[in-house]
Amino acid sequence: MTKFEHSSAFTRRSVLLGGGALVVSIGASVSLDTVLSLQSAYAEGAKPPLTPDQLSSYIAVNADGSVAAFFGKMDMGHGLTVAIAQIVAEELDVPFKRVKVFMGDTSNSVNQGGASGSTGIQYGGKQMRMAAAEARRVLVEMAAGLLSTPVEQLAVNDGVVSSRADAAKRISYEQMLGGKYFNVQLDWNKQFGNTLYAPGKAQPKNPSEHKIVGQPIKREDVAPKVFAQEDFVTDVKVPGMVHGRMIRPDVAGAVPVKVDESSIKDVPGAKVVWDKGFLGVVANKEWDAIQAAQKLKVEWSQVDPPFPEQASLYDHIRKASVRKRSVDKENGNVDEAFKSAAKVIEAEYEWPFQSHASMGPACALVQIKDGQVTCWSGTQKSHFVQEGLALTLDLPVDKVRVIHTTGPGSYGRNDADDCAMDAAVLAKAVGKPVRLQYMREQGTGWDPKGPASIHRARAALDATGKVTAYEFTSKGFSRVDVNTNGGKPHDTLCGQTLGVALKSGDGFGVPAESYAFDNKRLAWETIPPLLDRSSPLRSAHLRDPVGPQIHFASESFIDEVAAAVNVDPIEFRLRHIKEPRDMAVIKAAAEKAKWETRPSPRRDQSGSKVSGRGIAYSQRNGTRVAIVAEVDIDRSTGKIWARKFTVAHDCAQIINPDGLVKCIEGNIVQGVSRTLWEEVTFDRKSVTSIDWLTYPILDITETPAEVHVVLINHPDLPPTGAGEPSIRPVAAAIANAIFDATGVRIRRVPFSPERVKSALS
Amino acid sequence: MSQRFTITVNGKSHTITADPDMPLLYALRDELRLNNPHFGCGLAQCGACTVHLDGQPTRSCITAMSAVGEAKITTLAGLGTPEKPHPLQTSYIEEQVPQCGYCINGWLMTAAAFLRDKKKPTEAEIKDALSGLKCRCGTHISILKAVKRAAEMMS
Repeated sequence: MTKFEHSSAFTRRSVLLGGGALVVSIGASVSLDTVLSLQSAYAEGAKPPLTPDQLSSYIAVNADGSVAAFFGKMDMGHGLTVAIAQIVAEELDVPFKRVKVFMGDTSNSVNQGGASGSTGIQYGGKQMRMAAAEARRVLVEMAAGLLSTPVEQLAVNDGVVSSRADAAKRISYEQMLGGKYFNVQLDWNKQFGNTLYAPGKAQPKNPSEHKIVGQPIKREDVAPKVFAQEDFVTDVKVPGMVHGRMIRPDVAGAVPVKVDESSIKDVPGAKVVWDKGFLGVVANKEWDAIQAAQKLKVEWSQVDPPFPEQASLYDHIRKASVRKRSVDKENGNVDEAFKSAAKVIEAEYEWPFQSHASMGPACALVQIKDGQVTCWSGTQKSHFVQEGLALTLDLPVDKVRVIHTTGPGSYGRNDADDCAMDAAVLAKAVGKPVRLQYMREQGTGWDPKGPASIHRARAALDATGKVTAYEFTSKGFSRVDVNTNGGKPHDTLCGQTLGVALKSGDGFGVPAESYAFDNKRLAWETIPPLLDRSSPLRSAHLRDPVGPQIHFASESFIDEVAAAVNVDPIEFRLRHIKEPRDMAVIKAAAEKAKWETRPSPRRDQSGSKVSGRGIAYSQRNGTRVAIVAEVDIDRSTGKIWARKFTVAHDCAQIINPDGLVKCIEGNIVQGVSRTLWEEVTFDRKSVTSIDWLTYPILDITETPAEVHVVLINHPDLPPTGAGEPSIRPVAAAIANAIFDATGVRIRRVPFSPERVKSALS
Repeated sequence: MSQRFTITVNGKSHTITADPDMPLLYALRDELRLNNPHFGCGLAQCGACTVHLDGQPTRSCITAMSAVGEAKITTLAGLGTPEKPHPLQTSYIEEQVPQCGYCINGWLMTAAAFLRDKKKPTEAEIKDALSGLKCRCGTHISILKAVKRAAEMMS
């Protein structure tokens, strides 16, 4: 029989293959929704329910042989979609270019957690790998039946299954399934979010067989960006759309008590939307909405200024009552060991509030039509925003669709989710689609902030200089004053302005390293927020949540101990680190940087311009990073140039080395910015960092001259994350380099010229 | 209050009615649907809104409609096309510069004017020319590589 006869025998009724384990259903008309949606149009037919236990929720084979991968996480600019396409193409045995990844649209993907914790490949890729492997298994099994050839005698090349013995016996994926949906049940672990896992029966390929995974394939979304052909979330428009702007109080915590709508009567089409603390305006034209927001006369409630003076922030943290204390790691008897110490070294470090300060303030477009809500958002977590919108608008979740659309940058829980909720409230109030973009002062002034903290470390030494005990405690505002997503009204500014009470969670963290000391305790303590509602200093996840602050302190302190015992900082670390992969990244960075073994500080420099080098390392959920920073310091001005970085990076199996290097470079540069410049300022009334002058970030004239990346690949180990780990040790590497150059230890971020100059004088 | 303005954008003439104080950015984005200039700050501090006015990089977020006059406006969409790319667009793709990409309008339009006027610039000159532009993703290293590459292509 020929393949065509088999094809014709492949009826429109369900076909049972392989003993009934597999059901492929075909048929049913194409729904209007599918036709309307470009993304859904990549696969047609009756689709099984969009649930995590369906293969069709992840993979579709289209009539033209292309493959659609539906991904419930999203790419924040690191090329994650390329890596996911590589994984899917690899497991399916189709060319890379045939795979298109659709991400973060709640109408065609399940909740895999969104962009979260550098888990795009670690968890998201793992699931897509298993789904693609299962899809291949199913297709090969179908081919076995259609070609009357046992599975083990079949091979797959570029999406064509053929007999190894008789090349004429062949059938393509699209001939078997093209344009129809898989109807295959997966073994779902019943979890949503990052931990969602739903494998089929297939085993993925052995890494030694990988041909696409591991290749440096370029991003396809770069060209549309440079030719101005891509719509960002700010660019999406729908018929009848109006523009919104929000109005925030000058004194945090105040609510409007009187709104004079006549003050904007001259602004064409302007309307006020006011409900409790929620105050916004809409107008037909964007400029008019901006004018209305500026002109609207509002009388605000009298509230006591809620914040301490900024100068007393760290005293406030020191003195604040501890809401929760957690000892995450402890061995030996730390307290006893300190009692018998010959010498104790102690230090305290400070890290300020920092802003996501995304390139543009958040934007969202919400359309409510016939009871159906559609939201275009730059959120990292569409599926949670879907839940948040349903709760905010009091609608069932299935009436809400959220379409992730590239936003103006995202580095954690920024203002995107708040904006989606605000836009929805405006849209419901005015009965029209509303496009809302915040203003710059709101993007920096009112986004959720990375928490401020202090970090106390102490080490006990015996008479020989051996470390007998080590204790590290962070104390600060919680990393989850508002949660990592806008899934609940109490976690959004919108919900809080509408009167939902804040439910501040407790979370911080401890250093991620493998230093083995006989007596060791790593702990954290959280303190209450400064304001219990609608606070511009509410804290949330900012890229590598609490990682930079904790490891600035812990890796600076390890350096302090090394200096105290007059040992080279790398030699000291290698004496105490226990995990081989940790040691390997440190050795790799040292070798590449041509590290000269000697204790810090160096003592051979005079004059105002001095240089130094510093090392820092950390783990992050399985990934290891070591960084050697080389910095130049002008003692007369306090200006620091973080001139050169050597980064050794081990995230186990590498999917795309070029994408990985770009991701690491961005981490380093943003890390330098956070370390040298970034500090949210505030007064008793509110946040005073409201633009790029009051919240400066790194300028291109201060960019490192060199960033060398050493990638350590472990193809046989499951890949771990890369989106954040390499920002983690940047601050400490710079601090340690400053100490090496000057003998002065700077324990407060940012290392602004004034602070450095004053520390050095 | 509103007035009629005729502006020339990427070689095409458009007549729009607008408040004379309205920044050019909103005319380009909302009236002409040219989305490439982005709103980043509205304060001329970041560059995301940059267009060329008679070849000069200009922050459209603070340029009032009344100040545009006869100037010929070029946006990123007018800089080059996939068929006929500007060297910077080619080098940006080759170097895979952007991450989120929201800022690149400012970098490309500013660098394009700089490289037109300055052949074989030094790295320090490139940095000075681009100083003040913001990129939050930290793609500065790739930006410098791409501008240097484009400079070589143009010399």
